[in-house]
Amino acid sequence: MEELDGVGAAVEVGSSVAAISVRGLTKTFGTVEAVRSIDLDVNQGETFGFLGPNGAGKSTTIGMLCTLVTPTSGSARVAGLDVVRDRDGVRRSIGLVFQDPTLDGYLSAEMNLRLHAELYGMPRNRVAPRIQEMLEMVGLWDRRKSRVNTFSGGMKRRLEIARGLMHSPVVLFLDEPTVGLDPQTRASIWAYIKDLQQRERTTIFMTTHYMDEAEFCDRIAIMDQGTIVAHGTPDGLKSEVGKDRVQITTGDDAVAVEKLQAVFGIEAKIVEEKVTFSVAGGESFVPRLFSDLGISISSVSVAKPTLDDVFMLHTGTTIRDAEATATERLRANPMWQGRGR
Amino acid sequence: MTQAASEARLPVEATRRVERRFASDLRAIRIVWYRELARFAQDRTRIVAQVVQPVLFLFVLGAGLNTIASQGAHGVSLKTFFYPGILGMSVMFTAIFSAASIVWDREFGFLREMMVAPVRRGSIVVGKCLGGATVAAVQGLVIVAMAGFVNVPYNPILILEIVLLQLVLAFTLTAFGVMVAARLKQMTAFMTLTQMLVMPLFFISGALFPASGLPGWLEVLNRIDPLTYGIDPIRRVVFSYLNLSPAARSALDPGLTWGSWHLSILVEVLVVLVLGVAMLTVAFVEFNRNES
Ligand SMILES: Nc1ncnc2c1ncn2[C@@H]1O[C@H](COP(=O)(O)OP(=O)(O)OP(=O)(O)O)[C@@H](O)[C@H]1O
Ligand SMILES: [Mg+2]
Repeated sequence: MEELDGVGAAVEVGSSVAAISVRGLTKTFGTVEAVRSIDLDVNQGETFGFLGPNGAGKSTTIGMLCTLVTPTSGSARVAGLDVVRDRDGVRRSIGLVFQDPTLDGYLSAEMNLRLHAELYGMPRNRVAPRIQEMLEMVGLWDRRKSRVNTFSGGMKRRLEIARGLMHSPVVLFLDEPTVGLDPQTRASIWAYIKDLQQRERTTIFMTTHYMDEAEFCDRIAIMDQGTIVAHGTPDGLKSEVGKDRVQITTGDDAVAVEKLQAVFGIEAKIVEEKVTFSVAGGESFVPRLFSDLGISISSVSVAKPTLDDVFMLHTGTTIRDAEATATERLRANPMWQGRGR
Repeated sequence: MTQAASEARLPVEATRRVERRFASDLRAIRIVWYRELARFAQDRTRIVAQVVQPVLFLFVLGAGLNTIASQGAHGVSLKTFFYPGILGMSVMFTAIFSAASIVWDREFGFLREMMVAPVRRGSIVVGKCLGGATVAAVQGLVIVAMAGFVNVPYNPILILEIVLLQLVLAFTLTAFGVMVAARLKQMTAFMTLTQMLVMPLFFISGALFPASGLPGWLEVLNRIDPLTYGIDPIRRVVFSYLNLSPAARSALDPGLTWGSWHLSILVEVLVVLVLGVAMLTVAFVEFNRNES
């Protein structure tokens, strides 16, 4: 690969250099400590999810990794390059899809990508084929001549992802790529992302408010108030929660709740007309339940912990609250509704 | 690495290859410039509004005032006299509006997309200024085309000179706008500030009156106003193509003086250019500070 200058030399795809490596990274805005000394490693080719409630510091972290925000202290390397000392190198190696839309509404989809290609100094003969490849990937090739103002929210988001990928970045940063979109569009965006990762072995670093999307990630980190409170694989994190969620229906639910407290010392609640409680080793608990509870049980379900439980355990809030506020904010952004030219 | 793997990867690596620094800066400047033109071309209301305003000034003000002010004009129609000032005015509106798009881009995020690209921020600023200047000059052509209506001859050399002077003025005005826009984050703030500045600068500049024999305070303000040095050269070249009595010429086209020194067109143009470059430099510095 010696004959290639630029990014290819800085990081060999598939080599052992970490795609992202962060040590003691800190950012304070006046008195607000947005990010407090975080450590992080993301391997090449990984999909890494960054979760956290509003204001946790996710966007600020992405800003620092993408050279838009100068760290107060600590260091970060992206694609093997220091984000402060080798800004341009990092900028060449990354693609970034911002939390807020940044498309040129009055230009065509194609033109938006061409602009990006020019700014990134892509080889001229690669520009047209790459635009076609990307637009086909996100299903917008037919609309390439349309002005972006006329696109729906989902189409705009797909176009932004295509744009972030135009120059084949080593690492693609996605800040809430699917917030405010309907489940179908979200699913299709995920399909593109996965497809792309297969083809180009791009490392993906993303923030999301959707737990089902976090399940797609190879590893996730949960951030709260500027610190990383938990990180690991989704399964690993879930097993840390320890307890399973058990739901039963009985002849008399009120009595069942009392009995659970009296016999097993378990707090139970009635949720969705079912007696619901958490217990370690749910499956082996069920036989004891039948023999010792003393009232008739008509159904039992045992569920493994979900990422929601993980999130709740570490941040004390549910992600849904965070999600709701994020969506509201997005709705308030006029650009999303087709203003801006 | 195996042969197959290296072949499979090549297209991606080729996309990632990057050109040398200078060449990529030039490309960035070009595309920012192009974007400015594309945005202008699709915005019909803007095109119309920015033609209508100078035309109103030229014909309504010119014709209206002519009835009371014809003696002072030595037989020259006020429309003719206003014409160079209006050429400058159309440039001014367009240029400031172009700069406003930086604030707009910031508000709507596009600026960030450019900021994270591996190009010097300077390229973005230069591209903006050149784009603004080009748009302003194109817009100015509409006024140039009206020369016949105000008894100014259609002379190719004159038109070329006007266009060049407009380009210089437009460049400096855009640089001014970009400099201001670099600091301001909201469109309303930008609009308020420019509105506070633009009209006074225009009136003081001598676009609508000759810059000699003014009251002392006004003369001082006039010589400080940068627009003065953009409009006077335009008036000089336009008037050099008119058939005037010496008296009319010295009354209507006196040129500029610093004390007793008569400035040549070249000096005036230099003043405008130096100011433009200075403001561009300030804009550079502003943009190089991190957006954090
Ligand atoms: N430019 C800034 N100036 C001052 N404070 C800032 C700035 N940017 C972010 N902050 C503060 O830093 C904290 C973290 O913000 P950040 O945008 O990183 O959160 P986030 O995790 O991305 O939240 P969300 O889920 O809402 O996008 C917040 O308290 C925010 O107010
Ligand atoms: Mg955010």
